[in-house]
Amino acid sequence: MAEKKLMKGNEAIAEAAIRGGCRFYAGYPITPQNEIPEYMSWRLNEVGGHFVQAESEIAAINMVYGSAGAGGRAMTSSSSPGISLKQEGISYICGAELPCVIVNMVRSGPGLGGIQPAQCDYFQAVKGGGHGDYRMLVYAPNSVQECVNLMYDAYDKAEKYRLPVMMLGDGMLGQIMEAVELPPMKDPKTFPKKPWATTGEGIGKTRRIINSLYIVPDELEAMNKKLQKVYDEMAANETMVEEYKLDDAEIVLTAYGTVGRIVKSSVDLLREKGIKAGLIRPITVYPFPKDAFKRVGEMPCVKEIVAVELSTGQYIEDVKLYTECRKPVKFYGRSGGNVMSPEDVVDFVLKEVK
Amino acid sequence: MERLIVAGFGGQGVLSLGQIIAYASMYENKNVTWLPSYGPEMRGGTANCSVVVDDNPIASPVIATPDTLIAMNKPSLDKFVDKVKSGGLVLVNSSLISEKVKRDDVTVVYVDANAVAHKVGNDKASNLVVLGAYIKYSNLFPKEVMLSTIEKVFAAKPKFIESNKACFMAGYEH
Repeated sequence: MAEKKLMKGNEAIAEAAIRGGCRFYAGYPITPQNEIPEYMSWRLNEVGGHFVQAESEIAAINMVYGSAGAGGRAMTSSSSPGISLKQEGISYICGAELPCVIVNMVRSGPGLGGIQPAQCDYFQAVKGGGHGDYRMLVYAPNSVQECVNLMYDAYDKAEKYRLPVMMLGDGMLGQIMEAVELPPMKDPKTFPKKPWATTGEGIGKTRRIINSLYIVPDELEAMNKKLQKVYDEMAANETMVEEYKLDDAEIVLTAYGTVGRIVKSSVDLLREKGIKAGLIRPITVYPFPKDAFKRVGEMPCVKEIVAVELSTGQYIEDVKLYTECRKPVKFYGRSGGNVMSPEDVVDFVLKEVK
Repeated sequence: MERLIVAGFGGQGVLSLGQIIAYASMYENKNVTWLPSYGPEMRGGTANCSVVVDDNPIASPVIATPDTLIAMNKPSLDKFVDKVKSGGLVLVNSSLISEKVKRDDVTVVYVDANAVAHKVGNDKASNLVVLGAYIKYSNLFPKEVMLSTIEKVFAAKPKFIESNKACFMAGYEH
């Protein structure tokens, strides 16, 4: 067994990014993700990478755009207000079909909001926070080990589909410490070649352009259709979901990320009270686990679904959409940086459900 | 499963107390989560962390009803004491908290942590005194595990190891 290390979610994401091939990081400080740039600032130097504390979030995402265009494995991270500032750059990166990784350790909003954990950037992450018909591969890890496992292969996925991967966490996930096993360092020599990257090689032979401007409507429509095909392929291959005690469940709790883990305890507490509860937790929130949710909607034993989230009701829309409204869906959420306990969810179920 | 909340002023070492338990748990091949309060609390206000130790994978790192509360100052005691589960354990830093716990359904241990730490000659390690008392009363791990954990955690600051271990033992033998 590999050696275990006690790490914060933020540190673990940074280390897993490096082991997965990240050699360029640009970012601007914001709580609760500051351990990521802090860690990158010394660690990247050790592996021959580059760290930039940019003058702004906008500068940082555009540095990532440049690095990714030149074929690098680049990353930026921030928290909600900072991620809003990056949206133009994210849209351009998607338009230019470039791979990169963006981490959002979500804090409560709107505006500057607060620094405590939240999940209020769900729409922004999965519906396209920037302009244009783009999607990203959005992971919502629930533990430090899951952060490591997903981050480790994130660049391989980003490069396979040529799009950004977003790690959608929250303040808790960034700050929590757990023991993790770290995978070995990937060898950059083994990474697939990027015939599209503006590396300067093969001068005079192949002209390589990184751009998101398509002024001719037919060309842009063709490009959009191509992107949709990529997203379909990604949905077919990359969708991930966790199911827990779902087989005979009458009450299905559903949540993603850290809340998915809090709610898992609620399922056990409800079972102790003789209530057949289960959990379905998307690990990818885009692509959404449509088939798994459709199945839940069709399960005869399921009487009601409860969507639990740290927002005023965003994730619940996809829950309703993909269970095709076959079962009633109730909402339980906290916001402002307050976090529910497993017992809070149990109380809600006992009072409001059935 | 052990669910512990450690709370006090920023600077009393409440987060590191929780971290030492987290390290010990990892060394003992237990699952552990250490969830700190973060942000403005740290600037002179209260700080706390929630630690869950379990043989099984841990679902919620958020604790509503702790098995144990370590209260290093009065605001922390006031904030959390009613949440401790019936039959649970409350450790009170009596150096800074003069009043007694009013509940009779929990075990309460009063530790004059600052005075003990001062006597040992390491004023900063009142948290380790309380840790010693906690380990004695909870039996979470053998004291040898905690002593070797202190050695590993403070490996980068070797001059503090002996006095930290002495503070831990003074609390353990309290």
